[in-house]
Amino acid sequence: MGMTEAMARFVIEVGEVGLLTLSFVRQLFRRPLGSRLVVEQLDNIGVRSLSIVNLTAIFSGMVLALQTGTLLAKFGAKIYVSRLMGLTLFREMGPVLTALMIGGRVGAGITAELGSMKVTEQIDALRALAVNPVKKLVVPRVLATMVMLPVLTLIADAFGIIGGMLIGVTELGLSATYFFSSLMQMTQLRDVFGGLFKAVVFGYLIAIIACEKGLNVTGGADGVGRATTATVVAASVSILVSDFFLTKLLLSFSL
Amino acid sequence: MTQGGTRRPFFSIRELRKSFNGKVVLAGIDLDVLEGETVVVLGASGAGKTVLLRHLNGLLRPDAGEVFVQGIPLSGLSEDEMAPVRKRIGIVFQMGGLFDSLTVFENVAYPLREHTTMQESRIAARVKELLAMVELEGAERLLPAELSGGMRKRVALARALALEPQAVLYDEPTTGLDPLVTHKINLLIRGLQKRLGFTSVVVTHDLKSAFVVGDRFALLDQGKVRFVGTEEEVRRSDDELVREFVRTAL
Repeated sequence: MGMTEAMARFVIEVGEVGLLTLSFVRQLFRRPLGSRLVVEQLDNIGVRSLSIVNLTAIFSGMVLALQTGTLLAKFGAKIYVSRLMGLTLFREMGPVLTALMIGGRVGAGITAELGSMKVTEQIDALRALAVNPVKKLVVPRVLATMVMLPVLTLIADAFGIIGGMLIGVTELGLSATYFFSSLMQMTQLRDVFGGLFKAVVFGYLIAIIACEKGLNVTGGADGVGRATTATVVAASVSILVSDFFLTKLLLSFSL
Repeated sequence: MTQGGTRRPFFSIRELRKSFNGKVVLAGIDLDVLEGETVVVLGASGAGKTVLLRHLNGLLRPDAGEVFVQGIPLSGLSEDEMAPVRKRIGIVFQMGGLFDSLTVFENVAYPLREHTTMQESRIAARVKELLAMVELEGAERLLPAELSGGMRKRVALARALALEPQAVLYDEPTTGLDPLVTHKINLLIRGLQKRLGFTSVVVTHDLKSAFVVGDRFALLDQGKVRFVGTEEEVRRSDDELVREFVRTAL
């Protein structure tokens, strides 16, 4: 694929996501909201992602503590490990790692589900029954992901701290109380909220990309497979790229 | 069957054109389907039959030309404005298009729950009645994955009839079914149409089935309507393609 063709496809993709966003917003405000469907997705997207997110978070926290602790120990500054960890975790690793995990688990799931509905004529069946697929399928999924990702991020933050504290106590010889109070001293509410704001944006990106790819599947089971892979790639890339700009934005506020 | 006369067209298709990625599929279709009649659209695979059918309830939008449903031009309607038209037109998809996460009961109840204010008890009674119509009593709790091909078609038909449509569209209703089930489904389609009096458009490549269910027959070739007529006219036609179709099919 030539460079220009790749560019053109990228522009088309962005356009499709933009159009879907427009119709998402339009359908979002159309009554009734269909809260039963939203609750279903909150459970599917949020509750069922808990274990995978917690596991990732606790080990990331441990690694973070281990790496920064070893480094800081060289300068005799290992008592600062929780402060450094807290900032990294709340601002970056909590939201980004959670989003990447959810992008893989939930994003792929949404694309596979909507994609197989598309190729088995279920999306057309909805339309033929005078039901708007954006209202029925996209709104609950995007909404639920935008709500659940910050919640999961907050839980991941907590588990990350626990993991870090575990290492702080066992490997670095810090007391748990000291680890925690030092963390609290340095961390501001702003850091936590900044991370949660990122999570809301990531949640929107994951779900809208996943829905767009799912609804536009062509070519049977093979097409569903390709779209699912494409979702994971596109979601991950847009999380990491948008993280840079969101960080820029948040830092400009905090000055 | 009486022709035309006082009956008005339910569907009017005028100069309908549609291409996909530069490939012309419909190259100017003109066809009227009168109220209460069953028109069978015939043609080889890839002749554009399904594409034509999907224009009749606005699932596809034409590149040029117009589809009128009871005089209403569809091209002026947005996706949401299409809803009242679609409620009047049931469709049975080739693979059924059943929601695979829902049971048979929930599939058939779906349009009722979406578009009516019926109580659950009335919905249950109506679903029972619909399943009886398609001769599938007692299948309420099965999931679509547990159904045979013929059963899927029946459930799809029951769902399509739920809102008492004035027209029903069938996309290859007997493709993939064995001859016995094919015959039963054809009789069912014909029987329901006679009983309920709705307008039907059936897409098929199977002329034998066509003669069981249809009043008039349209043959698509190279994106145009090559021939329209009654069974009598089909059999008497000296059009080469029509004769070939009759010869190979019977």
